[in-house]
Amino acid sequence: MLRIEPRKEPSRLILYATPFIAVALTILSGFVLFSILDKDPVQATLLIFFKPLTSLYSISEMIVKATPLILIGVGLALCFQANVWNIGAEGQFTMGAICGGAVALALHGVPGFWVLPLVCAAGIAGGMIWAAIPALLRTRFNTNEILTSLMLVYVATLTLNVLMHGALRDPQGHNFPESKLFHDAATLPILISDTRAHIGFVFALLFVVLGWILLRWHVIGFQIKVSGQAPRAARYAGFSSDRVVWFSLLVSGALAGLAGIFEAAGPVGQLVPALPVGYGFTAIIVAFLGRLHPVGVLLAGLLLALTYIGGEGAQIAMKLPAATTQVFQGMLLFYLLAMDIFVNYRIRMRRAAAASGSAAQ
Amino acid sequence: MDLVVSIAIGIIIAATPLVFAAIGELVVEKAGVLNLGVEGMMIIGAISGFAVTIETGSFLAGVIAAILCGALMALLFAFMTQTLLANQVATGLALTLFGLGLAALIGQAYSGKSAPPFPKLAVPGLSDIPVLGRLLFSHDLLVYISFALVIGVAWFLSRTREGLIVRAIGENHDAAHAIGYSVVGYRYAAIAFGGACAGLGGAYLSIVQTPLWVDNMTAGRGWIALALVVFAAWRPWRSLFGAYLFGGITIMQLHSQALGVQVEPQLLAMLPYLATILVLVIISYDRTRARLNAPASLGLTFYATT
Repeated sequence: MLRIEPRKEPSRLILYATPFIAVALTILSGFVLFSILDKDPVQATLLIFFKPLTSLYSISEMIVKATPLILIGVGLALCFQANVWNIGAEGQFTMGAICGGAVALALHGVPGFWVLPLVCAAGIAGGMIWAAIPALLRTRFNTNEILTSLMLVYVATLTLNVLMHGALRDPQGHNFPESKLFHDAATLPILISDTRAHIGFVFALLFVVLGWILLRWHVIGFQIKVSGQAPRAARYAGFSSDRVVWFSLLVSGALAGLAGIFEAAGPVGQLVPALPVGYGFTAIIVAFLGRLHPVGVLLAGLLLALTYIGGEGAQIAMKLPAATTQVFQGMLLFYLLAMDIFVNYRIRMRRAAAASGSAAQ
Repeated sequence: MDLVVSIAIGIIIAATPLVFAAIGELVVEKAGVLNLGVEGMMIIGAISGFAVTIETGSFLAGVIAAILCGALMALLFAFMTQTLLANQVATGLALTLFGLGLAALIGQAYSGKSAPPFPKLAVPGLSDIPVLGRLLFSHDLLVYISFALVIGVAWFLSRTREGLIVRAIGENHDAAHAIGYSVVGYRYAAIAFGGACAGLGGAYLSIVQTPLWVDNMTAGRGWIALALVVFAAWRPWRSLFGAYLFGGITIMQLHSQALGVQVEPQLLAMLPYLATILVLVIISYDRTRARLNAPASLGLTFYATT
């Protein structure tokens, strides 16, 4: 009989191999899914996973999608390492867009190099405030951050909706629930001409590096990791768990807020009710697929951006349903989590009274 | 009087999906498992129940399909967390993301279609009593089932041997295992039951309440159901009360305009979510009591050493 035995130490090799195996298994499952949908599986797989890499334009679009995924993913990686379950990044993204957007609209027509940094700072503040609520409720009132951060997603989306029908609506917009287009001074510079790839991607890369340094060398990064893996040891060492909760939530909120205002001041160019498209949730998958490591998040963010662009291409070329991408992303996370067992355990044929160990976290 | 009765009926219809989802998750958590995939199981129940009802024309087939599909999703979660020992929080999130995507994929063919009206089950004689008859004895069968389910779960958890075993496993899985109970077996069963209930709750939404298919139609109700379990302090009757409280908030939001309240509809739509946060804060403020109420093994991975 097969039985699982805990490893003395987690296998690093398997830890870093699982994302690739998970991707391979997802592609294989895609074959089955496409066959069920009566589409040519080879063509669909090529369209989704390889076609976008063949033209400069689709690579630039990939960068556009990867920017928010990486920014949010780095923040979530910090949170999840600290065992702080911020699943409301979508709300922090939306709040960032609202606050940054409000500043951009208030300063409409004002020239000056300082406008854009101010707009971005407002976006960061918006995301931080939205993440501060679950942080406050958890540290002060002992309230589970999973549910509160998620509930705030709905509140943020509805707030955006209210503002689009009222205060921030374009007066000359024929009653469409949209804001004015942001002024040039409040719009992000473009990275590659004739595309939508913007300077935000550079910042995403910067935060990958900063996140890496923080986790690897800074004392708060160490505290985050210890609090997540061994809360008792962290308490014994005198680390303040409240400090770790506040820090990880505020940083992830700031990054999600920045992603939100980048989206509004970049590819979209205005505030619209449909601005939140689920990057905050997909970034959860990005964080896990990147093994909660900033560099991994970078790669995972690019991969999921690829599936977005490829999915859109397949949608047009093969009339594949739009939700296919979402199903793929969900599957990917499942495979990854399912294979985590091989990181911490090994499969053995049962022998007499083997194994020691205890219930693992 | 008519308005009061119709508001009351509205509350019952709004609360019933929450009752199903919450009572199911309550049993799962009593067994020490935290399944955050309620939203995903609900939406799968909603689409499968709706699709099967439309295709077969039979409500019974639709409801059964929803229960089975909800349970199937839950078994996926059970396999991942109990057999493969995956992290419960992450797996629950995956279940929700996957469920929402899969439901949207299946639902594409049904978008905008509507189901025939679900039959009301008027209790002969009793339903003719003025006011009380409409209030108590002329609902659809599923409303009565939801009450029966709460009674059944309350009885099961407090009065049966198996119910006590489930609770023991939720409090201390190592001790329960040492005595010789099958921790994984009971947990599989509890998780499947929770999925079946969530599926049924979803089906109530798509077949009875709306009754049509809209993408993301659960709109966070699965998450609210999770909050209700905390609110109920893991007690079946209080989860019923909580569900009706939230049903009430939802209906107030719909009726407030008729009552002449001049507020943006989106602001009112925030109420259930804000109320959830408020309720969670009140319930968990007292750390000692919050810890006493929650099953002690909740969310922990169980690995049998022998």
